[in-house]
Amino acid sequence: MNSIETKDVHLYYGDFHALKGITMAMKKNQVTAFIGPSGCGKSTYLRCFNRMNDLIDGVRIEGDILIDGTDIYKSDIQVDDLRKHVGMVFQKPNPFPKSIFENVAYGLRVNGTKDKKFIEERVERSLKQAALWDEVKDKLKKSAFELSGGQQQRLCIARALAIEPSVLLMDEPTSALDPLSTAKTEELIHQLKENYTIVIVTHNMQQAGRVSDYTAFFYLGELVEYAKTKTLFTNPKDQRTQNYITGRFG
Amino acid sequence: MNQLDKELLRIKNKVEEMWDLVDFQLQSGRDALVNPNEDLTRKIIKSGKKVNAYDIKIDRMCENIFALFNPVAVDLRWVLSILKINSNLERIGDSGESIAHMLKEASLPIEPTLLQESRVLEMYDATTAMLQNVRQAFLEENTDLARQVIKQDKILNKIHAKTDKMLMNYFQSHPDNIAQSLKVSGIIKKLERIGDHTTNIAEEIVFYVDAKVVKHKQKKKKKDKGEE
Repeated sequence: MNSIETKDVHLYYGDFHALKGITMAMKKNQVTAFIGPSGCGKSTYLRCFNRMNDLIDGVRIEGDILIDGTDIYKSDIQVDDLRKHVGMVFQKPNPFPKSIFENVAYGLRVNGTKDKKFIEERVERSLKQAALWDEVKDKLKKSAFELSGGQQQRLCIARALAIEPSVLLMDEPTSALDPLSTAKTEELIHQLKENYTIVIVTHNMQQAGRVSDYTAFFYLGELVEYAKTKTLFTNPKDQRTQNYITGRFG
Repeated sequence: MNQLDKELLRIKNKVEEMWDLVDFQLQSGRDALVNPNEDLTRKIIKSGKKVNAYDIKIDRMCENIFALFNPVAVDLRWVLSILKINSNLERIGDSGESIAHMLKEASLPIEPTLLQESRVLEMYDATTAMLQNVRQAFLEENTDLARQVIKQDKILNKIHAKTDKMLMNYFQSHPDNIAQSLKVSGIIKKLERIGDHTTNIAEEIVFYVDAKVVKHKQKKKKKDKGEE
């Protein structure tokens, strides 16, 4: 079953044609990795799924993007509602200047939840899902900035999970982390896919190989190849994919 | 050329050096069979040690590629194939060495009728041709040639299948030369194994160039035809 489907998606930054007719479907409860050189459009495409590109002046998007069957660019779709279903984790951990507890509770409070017990339970569950609970359960009132980089990133994942999205977008989530924190985050991705559809942008091809079920290779705004990760990394069909993953590009 | 390409080239050069030694063992074995030469048989046996050293060296080099370069796609298939090609070359070297030991122990020269009826020289020529062809296929990444090598193995299997019957006949007509005929039988068995290892190498070439698995296909075909 597909969680995200896009049909002939084109995106323009003014005159610049950044995405050129991307059609692909991402399966539910699977991890899909986007790889490709800088500027190939992979992050731009990822940001289409929660309408982050809407904030940029001069952006024009054509084509259809469906999440769980709903066209997210229809005029009656509220972006706030969309982002309850589509959570996002960024390259650099970006906790709010609040306590650990309040960081995770933030999304619930913004959405109007007032039930204290419910919020406490949800915060605990999200921190457990993000494999951070044992490390922070005794200091929930401490500032999030007191956590290490890896812990901050898992806190951001917990914050995204607290509002129970169905899709989790990750834009190079471990590029600012040390190897140990990277390993923990990757392990977390494996566990989270039981409940979430995950799309991850990564420059680390070994990471794509380790965490994803499917991999898509982008180049110059085009989707060059999309296949099971095992297939793409052992027997890519397109010469450009082969050149990129073997480091012989250009 | 990037660093990975340089490392892969170093491995390829080592495989070529090992291949030279194995070629020498095979060619010299035939020469020593026709024209007994103790020095040559000693050299063949000595080469066996060098082949073993190459085997270990190439294994190590491949191990380093996995650990340091995380090869993928064609690079991954190439390194996996090299590991197996290396192992098969080492076994061909072992067979060459065993033949040299047999020649050392046999009372030479081999009786001309035995040499002719056993078709051992024919087997030698077919084996040498297979090994040369598969080497060319490896260097040129020529999978058509590799597939031809796989077919060539049938000649060896046919001759080998007739060895026992031929020997029975030879024993009856030459009861005084059983020791020599047993040595020839041993050499034929070793040559048949060399054919199998050469076929394995050809299959690895098809795997790394075309990403297709062709090993065990011949056996399956035979089984489907009810030949086994």
